[in-house]
Amino acid sequence: MRLEPKPAPSLAASILYPVGAIFGTFIIAGLLVMAAGANPISVFGLVLKGAAGSQFAILETLTRATPLIFTGLAVAVAFRAKLWNIGAEAQFYIGATVTVILGTGALPLPAFILVPLLMIAALLCGALLLAGPAWLKIRFGVDEVVTTLLLNFIVLLFVSMLLEGVLKDPMSLGWPQSAKVMTEAQLPRIITGKRLHYGFVIAVALAIALWFVMKKTVLGYEMRAVGHNAGAARFLGMPVNGIVMKTALLSGGIAALGGFSEVAGLKGNLTLDLSPGFGYTGIVVAMLAMLNPIGVVFSAIFVAGIFVGAAAMSRAAGVPSYIADVIVATSLLTMVTAIMLSRYRVRWR
Amino acid sequence: MEALEILFTASFWVAAIRIASPLIFATMGELICERAGVLNLGIEGIMTAGAFAGWFTVYLGGDLWTGVLVAALVGMTLGLLHSVLTVPLGLSQHVVGIGITMLATSLTYYFYRLALPEVTSPPKIVPFEPWAVPGLSKLPIVGEALFNQTPLTYMAFATVIVVAWALYRTPLGLAVRAVGENPSAVEAQGISVTIIRTGAVMAGSALMAIGGAFLTMSAFNSFFFNMINGRGWVCIALVVFGSWRPGKALIGAILFAAFDAYQIRLQQLSGGIVPYQIFLMLPYALSILALIVVARRATYPKALMVPYQKGER
Amino acid sequence: MSTNIPALRLTSITKRFGPLTANDTISFDVNQGEVIALLGENGAGKTTLMNILFGHYVADEGSVEVFGQTLPPGDPKAALAAGVGMVHQHFTLADNMTVLDNIALGTQSLFRPRLDRTAAKTKIARLAQDFGLSVKPDALVADLSVGERQRVEILKALYRDARVLILDEPTAVLTPTETDALFKTLKLLVAKGLSIIFISHKLHEVMAASDRVLVLRAGKLSGERQTAATNRRELAELMVGREITPPAVPTVPLGPVLFELSSVSTARQAHGTPLKHADLILHGGEITGIAGVSGNGQAALAGLIAGTETPSAGTVTVNGNTISGWSPRAALAVGIARVPEDRHSQGAVADMSVMENVIAERYRDSRFSRSGLLDWAAARKFTQSIIEDYNVKCPSPDARIRLLSGGNMQKLILGRALDPDPSVILANQPSRGLDVGAVAYVHQKLLEARSRGAAILLISEDLEELLALSDRIVVISEGHLSRPSARGELTVRQIGEMMAGHEAA
Repeated sequence: MRLEPKPAPSLAASILYPVGAIFGTFIIAGLLVMAAGANPISVFGLVLKGAAGSQFAILETLTRATPLIFTGLAVAVAFRAKLWNIGAEAQFYIGATVTVILGTGALPLPAFILVPLLMIAALLCGALLLAGPAWLKIRFGVDEVVTTLLLNFIVLLFVSMLLEGVLKDPMSLGWPQSAKVMTEAQLPRIITGKRLHYGFVIAVALAIALWFVMKKTVLGYEMRAVGHNAGAARFLGMPVNGIVMKTALLSGGIAALGGFSEVAGLKGNLTLDLSPGFGYTGIVVAMLAMLNPIGVVFSAIFVAGIFVGAAAMSRAAGVPSYIADVIVATSLLTMVTAIMLSRYRVRWR
Repeated sequence: MEALEILFTASFWVAAIRIASPLIFATMGELICERAGVLNLGIEGIMTAGAFAGWFTVYLGGDLWTGVLVAALVGMTLGLLHSVLTVPLGLSQHVVGIGITMLATSLTYYFYRLALPEVTSPPKIVPFEPWAVPGLSKLPIVGEALFNQTPLTYMAFATVIVVAWALYRTPLGLAVRAVGENPSAVEAQGISVTIIRTGAVMAGSALMAIGGAFLTMSAFNSFFFNMINGRGWVCIALVVFGSWRPGKALIGAILFAAFDAYQIRLQQLSGGIVPYQIFLMLPYALSILALIVVARRATYPKALMVPYQKGER
Repeated sequence: MSTNIPALRLTSITKRFGPLTANDTISFDVNQGEVIALLGENGAGKTTLMNILFGHYVADEGSVEVFGQTLPPGDPKAALAAGVGMVHQHFTLADNMTVLDNIALGTQSLFRPRLDRTAAKTKIARLAQDFGLSVKPDALVADLSVGERQRVEILKALYRDARVLILDEPTAVLTPTETDALFKTLKLLVAKGLSIIFISHKLHEVMAASDRVLVLRAGKLSGERQTAATNRRELAELMVGREITPPAVPTVPLGPVLFELSSVSTARQAHGTPLKHADLILHGGEITGIAGVSGNGQAALAGLIAGTETPSAGTVTVNGNTISGWSPRAALAVGIARVPEDRHSQGAVADMSVMENVIAERYRDSRFSRSGLLDWAAARKFTQSIIEDYNVKCPSPDARIRLLSGGNMQKLILGRALDPDPSVILANQPSRGLDVGAVAYVHQKLLEARSRGAAILLISEDLEELLALSDRIVVISEGHLSRPSARGELTVRQIGEMMAGHEAA
């Protein structure tokens, strides 16, 4: 078989194929649900209900989507320039750690100064964390995939060390967790008494801002050029190394903001299970959105809905909630396949 | 002084070789894939799936070798999926590899929970027992370290010899190397690039899965979540460190494992003054360092990560 | 010598790629012991036809027979087994492997426990002797010259007992001397009973080396002639469909020195030869042609002008100023226009739009961006003016540039480069892969720039192009630049000798 590019992918194809990918994902997931001895229709019904069946469910889904929007944006920005940042997990934790270090009383400032300050601090530290692998890529040609992956483990151990050491909350009875950040460091809730917080608003605003950056600015244009063809970009006079570095700073910073938002908006403190793999799931979120920043908001809500809905379903139907992880991973693979097939014609002869 | 004496104890080298064994399998697996031009980032998930599949087969009553075989088959299946997406369809090897890791890991956890819904501590199996090679195992230190291990460890070392022989001495290995250097050279000689690459990825993935199975069936005796713990990514670094050569990669794996074993002992020796996390970080940091050291002079397979289409030059 | 059954028979081969018909009901025979030249310009369908013959592509209609046996479609293995050998234009060799391994690849059952290198070596030695193709079997392909690599490719076919040998543009990368040697080899092969098809767009080679000529135009067989009974002009007309007129080169007064290399060397690169103490002076109103076999330092020279390469020794002077901090952007800033060798890997970002590509060298100018924001309205207007001024056929400024033909893509690149009236122009293989119309257009634009007073460096592997356009010719060999020779000072033969590394007689 061979692939031939289609001259211009039709609008119908660019909608139908991704829809088919999601459909295919649920067929595969349905088979797994049947293997668990449950009825897929009713199970998916429960997932939907758990994700969007009530005000509580919807708010819970949006709350869960918030960190995924951040990590999804971080990945989308990096992948656009073909910087394979698989380390959003580590950058997320660094952002959370900085928030806790500075937000638990080190800086006695009013909220309107402290919150922006914490955001900037998180952004900077996340940016610096990805700057390392980016520099190694530029300077020594070290593949950033492996370095960012390995850094995830190093950073998690680092966080663990802090939580058992200097950051340990003396009131925590031996449990490795930090103290809560001060009230001034917290992001307010959007609806009083509910968990959805202003981190969601920041995430959406950031998505819109990044969409603007990609479409209208010199930097966005340069990042796309480098991502498509770094060799040509270099020949055409673009400072490729600098662009890769700027991309890394942006991407790492965004992921770290996610860690800030999760601590300051939702959890209040830092634990080792702050992120159940938000950094890795961000890759799926970004790919499902075809790296479009606005699309990331929607794909993050979709993915969050799967997780939230599956957790609710699992309690009711007895199908392991890991089905959500399976659906998310499968959708990544079906989606990249669908995008490919919408752009190329497969000729079997 | 005590820190140095560790290096001369048999138990240290026994541990080092044991730690090296799963890395050797998985590194050889990744090496085969990359030699054929396919970066297989599914390694971490394939190891997880292999660890579960082998252990679960034995848990269900299969014998140990059947467990190894089932692990290999699971690895091959995942390898097939990886290569269908990356070879004929030419999708990004980065994205697909991460996707395979996520899929294999989540499927493993799903099936684990399906099979053992309520358990808190996973059931144990009777793992491979050490088997002393008559005569040789009596040698001081070396005998204990190399010739008093489980059969899977011997198999790991045998795998290196087989992979090296296959790559450099057989017509098939020639085709695998050529397909990683210049696929059109292979196509022009009447061999299908798709078949060679798919076969290499499947074989490599089978080895990765056996590497995972080593952990549940030889090093330990049950399956835990997150038990691969980045070993797959380390193996990718080891392939680069070994300049894509089986022998050098073997040395890299043993050095790495020795360092890991040493770090554990040093940790005990330090008596908790230095946080244990620092020691646990060292192997990952070492992997990054190794990449930096060799990256400049590495002669990687020319067609690594380059998809190929028939008739294309 | 010949039998009644043709060595090769193609019957009404048709191949369509989407709306394009690359091959349209093509039929011909090749007899045993015959050299057939398949002539046609770029895009005429020659390579597609050969790929069908060899099984890389499957024809939509038609069949291929070798000695009366129909080949199964799409199966290179069957083509090889039937005795069809192919030497591709871009060699299909694995550089990091030995000559022996490259030849033996795929000739022994894949599941043998051991590759029999001894037997392979013996057979290679015998073939090398029989056909006068000396090679070192244990040498790495990466260490071989282009001519040696081509010998390995031919040996690969002979090793498999090829009876029909197809050579795709075999002379494109050879010096005239190497070309002569190749033609001698072909004669020897034919004498031993092989049949040969060689693909070319160079008329003089077709006349020199073939028995019969098949001409392909726009996917159709437009003519068939016995070589002895035809001439270059007739073949050219068959190939292009009209008479070709060489470009008229007007007389232009010699301008000032605009670009100068004095004793410039470049650092050793992973690919290609570096420059060694090169001296070069480019005057305004003059085209300087660089002749040489590819890989002799052209890439370093082009990179030096384009800004991708920096001198490791010596000085580069542009418009009287010695350069420092050299980069593509610096080169653009001092008014150097660049037409790169490879449109796809350097000249354009294939998956971006025409508009995004057209502004790619100047997007930081105030006309296209202010404080980090791009002015897409201005970019669109500029793109439309380039599309109009340079007769680019393209659906819209928003179309992905990948969808354009090579000629139209080159016109855009040319437009982008020439729009700011550059003083120095680097044209690296500007007509490679283009059809005759597009080539003429490129030549005309370069000559216009020359009349305007620009200094032009033309690097080309096509000696005819160089001789037609260049006011002076400089030969590059192993990183050394020769003394420039004025138009008509040297013969083709003398230039060829110099390209092969011999001093000018």
